[in-house]
Amino acid sequence: MNKFEQELKNNNFVCSRCTRCNKIVWPPSDLCNKCFGDVVWKPVSRKARLIEFSRKNGEYFCMAEFDEGIRVMGTVESASIVHVGQPLTLTRCSYDDTEKFVFSTDEGK
Amino acid sequence: MKVGIASTGLTKFSKDDISIESLMVSSIKPVFENASNLEQKDIDVVLTSTNANDKYLANIVSELSGISPKVAHSVESLCNSGTNCLVSAYAYISSGLAKTALVVGAEKTDSPGLVLEWDKSRGQYKHPIYWSSIFTQAYMRKYGTTMEDLAYVSAKNHRNALDNPNAYFNRTYSVEEIMQSKFLTENIRLLDCSMPCNGAAAILLASEEVISRFTDKPIWITGIGQKATSAGFTKNNDLSSMQSTISSVVDAYDMSKKQPSDIDVAELHDAFSICEMIELEDLGLVDRGKSMSYVKQLYDTSDRKINPRGGLIGSGHPLGATGVAQTIEIFNQLQGDAGKRQINGAKTGMVHNMSAAGTSSTVLILES
Repeated sequence: MNKFEQELKNNNFVCSRCTRCNKIVWPPSDLCNKCFGDVVWKPVSRKARLIEFSRKNGEYFCMAEFDEGIRVMGTVESASIVHVGQPLTLTRCSYDDTEKFVFSTDEGK
Repeated sequence: MKVGIASTGLTKFSKDDISIESLMVSSIKPVFENASNLEQKDIDVVLTSTNANDKYLANIVSELSGISPKVAHSVESLCNSGTNCLVSAYAYISSGLAKTALVVGAEKTDSPGLVLEWDKSRGQYKHPIYWSSIFTQAYMRKYGTTMEDLAYVSAKNHRNALDNPNAYFNRTYSVEEIMQSKFLTENIRLLDCSMPCNGAAAILLASEEVISRFTDKPIWITGIGQKATSAGFTKNNDLSSMQSTISSVVDAYDMSKKQPSDIDVAELHDAFSICEMIELEDLGLVDRGKSMSYVKQLYDTSDRKINPRGGLIGSGHPLGATGVAQTIEIFNQLQGDAGKRQINGAKTGMVHNMSAAGTSSTVLILES
């Protein structure tokens, strides 16, 4: 398991940031994809926005975009109907053979 | 230098258990049978297109076919390996490094190319049904598309495949049957999906200088466009469109000096029903938002212009063979040899082949 996967397993979503040009490199990599500078691990904010969604067996899955412009696919846990553009919070992330991202809707907060 | 297709070979798409090299050789056999005066020593380059983990396949298949080419190697690009391989072969010939090149694509049902494990951004939703479901939802949201609209793509392509003796499927499905087939996600039915299967397809390309030795009806590759936007699905910003397809078709039209109205027949990469709808628009063949009515019209009038062999949905999808098989269909159409599938008077055809959620696309324009 690499550092990214280990952090994810500990419920920390981290990404690489270039030490030379500050670009966020997603998916994570050892070198910046703009200037090939070295990178450091940077926590990603838990705040995201719903880009698109669908359902399988009644469970929502979505594409979400974090403030840093990072997009991932994950699960949405929501008691009500979700809609595109609504704010999401990354409530859990983990790694078990594959990356897992679980979001909740921000209603009532 | 002009580069043309001199001869082709195709196996039946099936789930019969057969080794990848046997599949490949089975598709090379008809290349020799269908060409006049072709001998093993005439072949300068052998390129194999597959996602199989087998190593040194181009050399193995060359040896099994009695060919000792100057150049032999594999080309892999997931689902558009086949057309990537054809473009590589084209480049060997147009550069003058070779006069002929044999492209052989094959795949088996259990291909490791079905899911791109690298794409961390897809999280646990790496299976292709998830990206197609997201595309479908975005497209439905924009244009009000229904499940019935989508089912017409599958109904049309299964019906077209009935007249393709090499297709995996050999029965029609009604729009209702498709809509009632197994729910994979909220907006993807089992019959909206292409089926992984075993199959192989081979094409012999040759330079203008030597092609008349092998055929008196060459079909020319006059336009090529390729684009790899990314590897990860989440980099394609507009989810009702495929950036790589838009980019590659512009280059293909430019190179061939053609425009959408010139295209008489096209093979599109309908990995899922939604893909054909999006691609029709991205390729400029239909105005934005008009694919639904266009596909229904094709179905109602039994017009085979789009995916005459049945596309991936009707023919089956042996990944590495798909782009080669699509190109063979357009070759047959432009030669006037497509039998019951023939589009009368077809002179200019298009092949669209893409991979991994549309992150990479290839467009070829062929002319008689």
